[in-house]
Amino acid sequence: MATTALVDPDTGLTQAQLAARHGLRVAGERPSLVEYSRRLWAYRHFIAAYANAKLVASYSNAKLGQLWQVLTPLTNAAVYYLIFGVVLAQNSIPNFIAYLTTGLFIFNFTQSAVLAGTQSISSNLGLIRALHFPRASLPLSTTITQFQQLLASMVVLIGIVLVTGEPITLKWLLLAPALLLQAVFNAGVVLLVARLGSKSSDLKQVMPFVMRTWMYGSGVLYSVSLFERLPAWATTLVQYNPLLVYIELARYSLLEQAPLLNESLTQLWLVAAGWALVAGIGGFIYFWRGEQEYGRG
Amino acid sequence: MVEHIGAPTEATATLTATQERIPTVVVDDAHIIYRVHQGAAGGTTPVAALRRLVKRTHAPNVREVHAVKGVSFTAYRGEAIGLIGSNGSGKSTILRAIAGLLPVNRGAIHTQGQPSLLGVNAALLNDLSGERNVVLGCLAMGMHPDEVAKQAAGIIDFSGINERGDFASLPMRTYSSGMAARLRFSIAAAKKHDVLLIDEALATGDKGFRKRSEQRVRELREGAGTVFLVSHQLSSVRDTCERTIWLESGLIRMDGPTDEVIRAYEAYANSK
Repeated sequence: MATTALVDPDTGLTQAQLAARHGLRVAGERPSLVEYSRRLWAYRHFIAAYANAKLVASYSNAKLGQLWQVLTPLTNAAVYYLIFGVVLAQNSIPNFIAYLTTGLFIFNFTQSAVLAGTQSISSNLGLIRALHFPRASLPLSTTITQFQQLLASMVVLIGIVLVTGEPITLKWLLLAPALLLQAVFNAGVVLLVARLGSKSSDLKQVMPFVMRTWMYGSGVLYSVSLFERLPAWATTLVQYNPLLVYIELARYSLLEQAPLLNESLTQLWLVAAGWALVAGIGGFIYFWRGEQEYGRG
Repeated sequence: MVEHIGAPTEATATLTATQERIPTVVVDDAHIIYRVHQGAAGGTTPVAALRRLVKRTHAPNVREVHAVKGVSFTAYRGEAIGLIGSNGSGKSTILRAIAGLLPVNRGAIHTQGQPSLLGVNAALLNDLSGERNVVLGCLAMGMHPDEVAKQAAGIIDFSGINERGDFASLPMRTYSSGMAARLRFSIAAAKKHDVLLIDEALATGDKGFRKRSEQRVRELREGAGTVFLVSHQLSSVRDTCERTIWLESGLIRMDGPTDEVIRAYEAYANSK
């Protein structure tokens, strides 16, 4: 051993000092937020390819294949129309079918993103344990998959809106920024639930109930004017409900006479942008802080 | 060298400068503890679950496994190191920790650059075709799409899955386990690495494929700074590694030249 003491200047250092001397880094260390965003950007091709792959894979066993992308929202709309439009005979709202389907499809975008996002880490443990990539790629690709689904259901929605006699107006263009804001909001929420869901698999059981409660609070199935009968504080609360806001924006842009809860359009856009910003940035930071924990145990 | 003891001369000082070994992986008293869910083992009644919720204790079906119990070693540039030991001795675990895929609970692991783990267990999407999986796997390793497009055909050829008809365009769930493993290995081996960690990869596939993959590992080794090889096949450790670390129940039992360590290991394994 004495000879190596002469030849090797590293002898006598502790392992940690040796590592520091040669500039080694701790394995699996969490990168800074900026560095993490940069790496994530470098993985954009993977995120897109994975989102596409998931979309293709989800229908690969079905005989009708990709057709379900359109059939699912259609069937969904038909069932709800049967109950709320025919059986319960809603007639306080002009063009109820279009009103209902708009709310339903917009809400469904967030709902399915959140439900899939809860499992985006826990159902990909094999991939996470085998390869090194920024984990936020997975929840983000989940969001993109759902966005692609949304585009298919938007085609259905436009069809329904036209068939039920709504005119094509310039306001339709407002649908694009509204959906983009909602997508950013969704990405944030998906990042949040992905980290929560990676820790506790109980969340998967709870989420459907959370989402259903949220749906009743978002005025999807009935007229939002019902909320005006609530105490004032509750009405204000509902007015700031991000999903109600996104749904109102879509209804405002597509339908001529849909009743809206929010009188002020400026406020509607501000709240929509605010939620997207808060959820997007907050969700990203929250997810990043757990980066080393994913795939463990 | 012995004559230099206690009297460092100028000659040894220059020797120091030229022969200084550069560490690439420094493992410092690493402890790794797994949390394993045992499934429905007992204490899973609703009442027990509620009581746990109130008392904020862990579920009894989560057991902690202390897989690595204080391991220290240093790997240098240009070394090929074999990791041997019985099943469950913590070989694969320590490899995953070096790759940064598993955190250490105590101690630390320092590495140069980002080590790559070359495993055969990279989970891909079974509902998708082999071709699509190749693209996806390469992108997940951080390759650029142009590079992927250039390499994809080569990867499929190397895996040999098209030897019996056009399997590359069929979903991976239709593959035999050997074919799937070969494809995964081929994807993982398509990238260049600084520190390369190989986990039992050479054991997959038939004889022809094994030959090809051993050749590929040698090529990868020439390009990499340091190679780690986990294997139960002592012959492949003997062929590729000059240094071997023998792990037993999460502790280093021996660390030295491959021949010595393997001899001791064989004596130990035969005596059991």
